[in-house]
Amino acid sequence: MKYEPVIGLEVHIQLLTESKIFCSCSTKFGAEQNTHVCPICLGLPGVLPVLNEKVIEYAIKLALATNSRINKRSIFARKNYFYPDLPKGYQISQFEEPFCEFGRILIKVDGEKSREISLTRIHLEEDAGKSVHAESFVSKDETLVDVNRCGTPLLEIVSEPDFRTPKEAAAYLTRLRQIVRYLGVCDGNMEEGSMRCDANISVRPQGQEKLGVKTELKNMNSISSVEKALDFEIDRQISVLSEGGSISQETLLWDANRNVAEPMRSKEYSDDYRYFPEPDLVPVEVDEEWVDRVSQSMPELPLAKKQRFVQEFALPEYDAQVLSEDRAIADYFETAAQKVADKKAVSNMVMGEVLRVIKEQQIRVEDLKITPEYLSEIINMIDEGAISRNIAKKVFNRVAETGTAPRVVVEQEGLLQISDTSALEATLDQVLQENPNEVQAFLNGKEKVVGFLMGQVMRATSGKANPKSVNALLRKKLSDLKS
Amino acid sequence: MDLVELDFFTTREKLATREISCKELFETYLQRIDKGAHLNAFISVFPENGRKRADEIDRKLASGKAGKLAGMILGVKDLISVRDELTTCGSKILSNFVSPYDATVIRKLNAEDVIIIGKMNMDEFAMGSSNENSFFGAVKNPLDVDRVPGGSSGGSAAAVAGNLCMAALGSDTGGSIRQPASFCGVVGLKPTYGRISRFGLVAYASSLDQIGPVTKSVADTALLLEVMSGGDKLDSTSAHVAVQKFTAALGQDVKGLKIGLPKEYFSEGLDKQVADAVSLSADILKSAGAEIIEVSLPHTEYAIATYYILATAEASSNLARYDGARYGYRVPDVVDLEDMYVRSRTEGFGAEVQRRIMLGTYVLSAGYYEAYYRKAQKVRTLIKHDFERAFQTVDCLLTPTAPTTAFKIGEKVDDPLTMYLSDVYTVSVNLAGLPGISVPFAQDRAGLPIGVQLIGKAFDEETIIRVADFLERNADSNS
Repeated sequence: MKYEPVIGLEVHIQLLTESKIFCSCSTKFGAEQNTHVCPICLGLPGVLPVLNEKVIEYAIKLALATNSRINKRSIFARKNYFYPDLPKGYQISQFEEPFCEFGRILIKVDGEKSREISLTRIHLEEDAGKSVHAESFVSKDETLVDVNRCGTPLLEIVSEPDFRTPKEAAAYLTRLRQIVRYLGVCDGNMEEGSMRCDANISVRPQGQEKLGVKTELKNMNSISSVEKALDFEIDRQISVLSEGGSISQETLLWDANRNVAEPMRSKEYSDDYRYFPEPDLVPVEVDEEWVDRVSQSMPELPLAKKQRFVQEFALPEYDAQVLSEDRAIADYFETAAQKVADKKAVSNMVMGEVLRVIKEQQIRVEDLKITPEYLSEIINMIDEGAISRNIAKKVFNRVAETGTAPRVVVEQEGLLQISDTSALEATLDQVLQENPNEVQAFLNGKEKVVGFLMGQVMRATSGKANPKSVNALLRKKLSDLKS
Repeated sequence: MDLVELDFFTTREKLATREISCKELFETYLQRIDKGAHLNAFISVFPENGRKRADEIDRKLASGKAGKLAGMILGVKDLISVRDELTTCGSKILSNFVSPYDATVIRKLNAEDVIIIGKMNMDEFAMGSSNENSFFGAVKNPLDVDRVPGGSSGGSAAAVAGNLCMAALGSDTGGSIRQPASFCGVVGLKPTYGRISRFGLVAYASSLDQIGPVTKSVADTALLLEVMSGGDKLDSTSAHVAVQKFTAALGQDVKGLKIGLPKEYFSEGLDKQVADAVSLSADILKSAGAEIIEVSLPHTEYAIATYYILATAEASSNLARYDGARYGYRVPDVVDLEDMYVRSRTEGFGAEVQRRIMLGTYVLSAGYYEAYYRKAQKVRTLIKHDFERAFQTVDCLLTPTAPTTAFKIGEKVDDPLTMYLSDVYTVSVNLAGLPGISVPFAQDRAGLPIGVQLIGKAFDEETIIRVADFLERNADSNS
């Protein structure tokens, strides 16, 4: 029998706000344990949460980017469970009346048509702390708690069970990560946990409408882990069912080292969270004016940017796709392209040289020593004939290493192209003198030797001679000799 | 008249003229606390810090720079955070907990130069109507030590009535300020929900809790309310509405006021002597020119059930943080996580608290939520509408505060349902978020005080203070 997988994803993203969702503590990652805490995020007796409005602004951005319907009024709820890294004994989240609903995200798997994935809802919540076991300062029989992360704002994005293959799930995560990075609301780092994904998965016989029993997969810390875990679980479910067994509804943890998913110990989760409206917070009310204000500050989204690059700069689809993948790269390209006539030349340099340097130096776009202004300067120098394409690469590398302005590099290293025929004439005459056999060959009709003689001139000028000028001058001199 | 019997309103004249000093006053109260130790009204007393404050405020008084409440010797119910002091909530589970911050009300009161003398005993986590549910032992009624002072702010009411402090802060979730005020013969006000910041008030039921004053006079209540009221950016549920000058409502007449008597409040279970006292107060108001109108609050009979569903649901969640993991009591010799949770909470919480946590957990459980919690929310709305309808015709309501006068210690301790009925006239006010005040008006044949309650429109404490003050001035001759 053929089986069809049905997959839904729940993604949590940590928002890049300066402070936590319900207090003014910093959200900065990597601080010493339990230093970004106050009575409120520690859940001490008597404290109350107060909502950070920046969180709403970020939520509006994501809602707009996913075409979600923002509820004019949404409410917080308490999700009750006991765990040492949850100081209040409940997590403030949303349950009934979430922030927004009915969103859509367009995905594309290579070689297939684009597909729209529906979002059930996006809601606001706070992150929990961390239980620390595996550090050197923790003895075998104890667990310590780090509360720094507690109260970091999260958005939970819940999809409909719209995915049919692990590849689609991966494409969705890639697209979602791109969107949140574009919006600047989350850094989308799955390894560090600022973006986390749980998957619900079931399989059913092809053609059957009724859904199979689902399991939940957790602990995947990269997009490829999600794909692998789903592949693993689909195989497992199919083999259980084909042997006449049945799937039990449970949570499985992915082990990336062993490439297996195993059931979580039942004590680690609870089924009944006893949700009820959070009485310490008032409803979140978002009016049109607020949405308008945020929508005016929205950055251009990847698809729109790609289309614009094609139309405005006459770039090939492929270039526009590569350049729009990452907002910082796209911004870099646009800044550099602003003062250059030949946009395709800029695109080539960014796709070829800039991306290479980023990869080699393992740096962020913002940390490039070669600024977009420097890049346009180099391209313009080629255009003006001040340097050759070959010299340009040399200049590019030097600027990328040192951050020195291209014109300074050209000057310091004497790389300026020689286009002035009078300056070239002496060198040319000398080359002709030194190579009488080749000159004779030309006169006998062997056109090919022009290339050799050109090479000699370029060598003598350490590549600085303008090939066009050399070529013209050379042909003139040779034809003079002919007559 | 003994100095400690005076309210602050009167005492402040003597402080201002330097006839007495804060220091003397404070020492006198410390002696009274010693003498009244058998009442068990205090959980902690701050002689050292209090003396320092008294000296400081004496200097301020001398230089004419003292705050509005300079020299008020104040007790604080032990679920309001006072920085660097114990905040036990009357519970074993917080018996060692020192709070690192001041509640918003404490900040405001300190800024007006009160002197905090100590923290008051109470029913554990404010759950109780007799103050018999404290880990630190029962509080006794100073008017008859065999009787309860009421609860849960029993320590606050007993201390004010027994002259162990000049005024006190209590908290009221279903009647916890007004019922003990009635039992001890003092004034107690529960403000409109949102009137006073709850930041620093340890939550029992967040949508019902309010901090309020327990005082010797309506005037002191008005003074304290003026200082404590106002929106707070640390409490999203606090209301940013104008704060009236409540002391301006003192000394007024009641001519032309329309005062409602809800007929459902005078039914079965109401002690005859209490009923008579309320009638008498109505007569006095009428003869002073107020119009007395019978009104109906038809959903009153559902108030207790509604309250015990909503309050316990919130409590089951609010009290989840006391788990032995981060602060408070943790059992020794923990085997594993679950063992730590179960035994710390079993040993750390008293019987009534455990009963309410179980009840609240049950009503929120999958499959029961609709039948209990959701239905109770709907009834709460109906109760609110009852009041809104009544307030279309009247300015305030006059009711008994409690169905009886103070009962004997131990009398109802084994019968929680009967105990819950002590709050029958007060819980609706919390469910509707309205202000209510209990003012001592009469005494029963045993000489025990009877309070009457005035219920006002939301954010109209002014009117009930005006009427309560009038009744206070005209109460002396009734017994």
